[in-house]
Amino acid sequence: MLLQQIINGLTIGSVYALIALGYTMVYGILQLINFAHGEIYMIGAYMGIIAITFFIYIGLPDISIALTLVLTFLAAIIFTGAYGITLERVAYRPLRNAPRLSILISAIGMSIVLQNYVMLAQGARDKIFPHELKIGGELIIADAHITYTQVLIMALSVLMMSGLTWFIKKTKVGMAMRATAQDRRMAGLLGINTDRIIVITFLIGSILAGAAGVMISMYYGIVNFYMGYTAGIKAFTAAVLGGIGNIPGAMLGGILLGLLEALGAGYISSEYKDVFAFAVLVLVLIFKPTGLLGERISDKV
Amino acid sequence: MMQDIKKWAFGSLWLFILTIPFLGIINALYFLVSLIVLAILWFIYKPFEQNILDVQSKLLQLPMPSIRWSLYFVIAILVLILPFISDQYITNVATSAITYIVLALGLNIVVGFAGLLDLGYVAFYAVGAYSYALLSTKAGLSFWAVLPLSAIMAAIFGIILGFPTLRLRGDYLAIVTLGFGEMIRITLNNWDSVTGGPNGILNIKGPATLGLSFSQPHHYYYLIIIIGIFTIFAVNRLNNSRIGRAWVAIREDEIAAEAMGINIVKMKLLAFALGASFAGIAGGFFASKMKFVSPESFTFFESVIILCMVVLGGMGSIPGVILGAVVLIILPESLRGFQNYRMIIFGAAMVLIMLFRPQGFIGGVRRRLELHPEDEKILKQETESLYDVKQK
Repeated sequence: MLLQQIINGLTIGSVYALIALGYTMVYGILQLINFAHGEIYMIGAYMGIIAITFFIYIGLPDISIALTLVLTFLAAIIFTGAYGITLERVAYRPLRNAPRLSILISAIGMSIVLQNYVMLAQGARDKIFPHELKIGGELIIADAHITYTQVLIMALSVLMMSGLTWFIKKTKVGMAMRATAQDRRMAGLLGINTDRIIVITFLIGSILAGAAGVMISMYYGIVNFYMGYTAGIKAFTAAVLGGIGNIPGAMLGGILLGLLEALGAGYISSEYKDVFAFAVLVLVLIFKPTGLLGERISDKV
Repeated sequence: MMQDIKKWAFGSLWLFILTIPFLGIINALYFLVSLIVLAILWFIYKPFEQNILDVQSKLLQLPMPSIRWSLYFVIAILVLILPFISDQYITNVATSAITYIVLALGLNIVVGFAGLLDLGYVAFYAVGAYSYALLSTKAGLSFWAVLPLSAIMAAIFGIILGFPTLRLRGDYLAIVTLGFGEMIRITLNNWDSVTGGPNGILNIKGPATLGLSFSQPHHYYYLIIIIGIFTIFAVNRLNNSRIGRAWVAIREDEIAAEAMGINIVKMKLLAFALGASFAGIAGGFFASKMKFVSPESFTFFESVIILCMVVLGGMGSIPGVILGAVVLIILPESLRGFQNYRMIIFGAAMVLIMLFRPQGFIGGVRRRLELHPEDEKILKQETESLYDVKQK
């Protein structure tokens, strides 16, 4: 029972972590809560199902199921990446120097637009993940059942998070991203094209969210146009829990939040699981106002 | 010109490709055509842009006081006789618009004056509504006794929820208030024995006075007008008081404010409590008018919409917030003809308004008088002078 809850928590937690990364990276650079990020994740989930439906139509799964899944992920992340940078170009870049709350409102507006666009285009009813491509089978450890989908989700998440860590730490672009996050104007003066860095940040965040969307649609087998909203709030909570703007913090926060939710739902009450998650967040912030891994910013006088 | 054409062509093509998987190729083509039409319209508009902007800026400059007062007078008369010159539907929309004015003005105290970003404001609205519903159905108290009690209950919740957030800043505060809002909604949804769970509370009594029991929409309309006038008056007085200045000082620089002898804890809690009490009044009114409350009315989306009213109208400015609330209630109603498209247009309108007027319709007077380093003009001057060093 405990092991089972932990596995479930880790699965959902790694999805939260992937979405939270997008929030935290954008926040680190622009100090902006990208409210439409949850919708990007929802678009990823839809894109996955649309791509799979298309591949089934042309008969690709008969040749190779693995190839179909790989291509589905590719299609989903290409499109979510494109949606992410379009979002930045249309709704955020023109407001670069505007008051911060105005950008927040613009983000909320975009979130409404994207949600209703998907609803109009794809219908208000739930979409089902095609059962031909569900990965069956499960591992049984002690008395816990771990489906292969869960294994896939955890493995892919770990892979992507380590890839991201490597990218941020070792590559030139990653270094430029860190510089821009520290001081955008200074980075600009030193010859970093900060606008491009911001686009890349949005691109990476959206790709992670898109992959998370496809994985969650495989896991739950169902997507709808309002799924981005709850996931967005949860992921943002996770980002704050870990210390917003901090990349390892977002990973830790996501996984912790997933575990808390699964354990809370299993041992306390499933109806109050969201209350439980928020209560822990509030407690953490009261004792450590900058989140678990956030650096203490000294007050400027 | 050539550059603009290129931009439009590339943009339309890009959006066309992005929408193919979702819309299907046929509908995506329709979308492309509408984008091209939009582009043509834009190119027709472009040569006149400067003239239109000039007219706009002239209109936005507040007219002479006498003209302004007569304008207010005309609006006041229109508001007063509205139920007689229109139907029940419009009266109901107007009632809900004024309810939201009360809510937005309350939130404006917290966000606009004190600068505390609150994303869970709807929680206090819910506390007010449920306080009214419970006290009225279970304790059998009358409207006039319960309404102040709803406000007090909401204020108490404001202090309870405000207390743990005192040390938090900016976005941390935002997420904690969001969390509190969700916690209250989920609790209302699951605490069946008291709140009736998802079914809510039914058969709430409406107000009655001097032998008149409120039943018609216009009864409620006049009631909310009185509440609205009270709110505008109270918030205006607060804004110009010592307390209001203390809030602005906290918003601009907490440390400096503290150094000047402002009691930060007291002032922040006061902002939360006063902001919440207006939500409590609005909640009590809402419960008495609908005769029914359920957790569905108090989602996070409501908080977001109320926040949008504050920011769209212009933070800290009372006429601005009123305008924002009216626009955000009237806009979706007037778009009913577009059916499914109305929410898309609504969202796009929010983005567009922010793109063209980032400071909101009417920026706060005091804010306009301040120096804002993030303002584009100043930023431009600064960067220009940085580059100019060499040339000199």
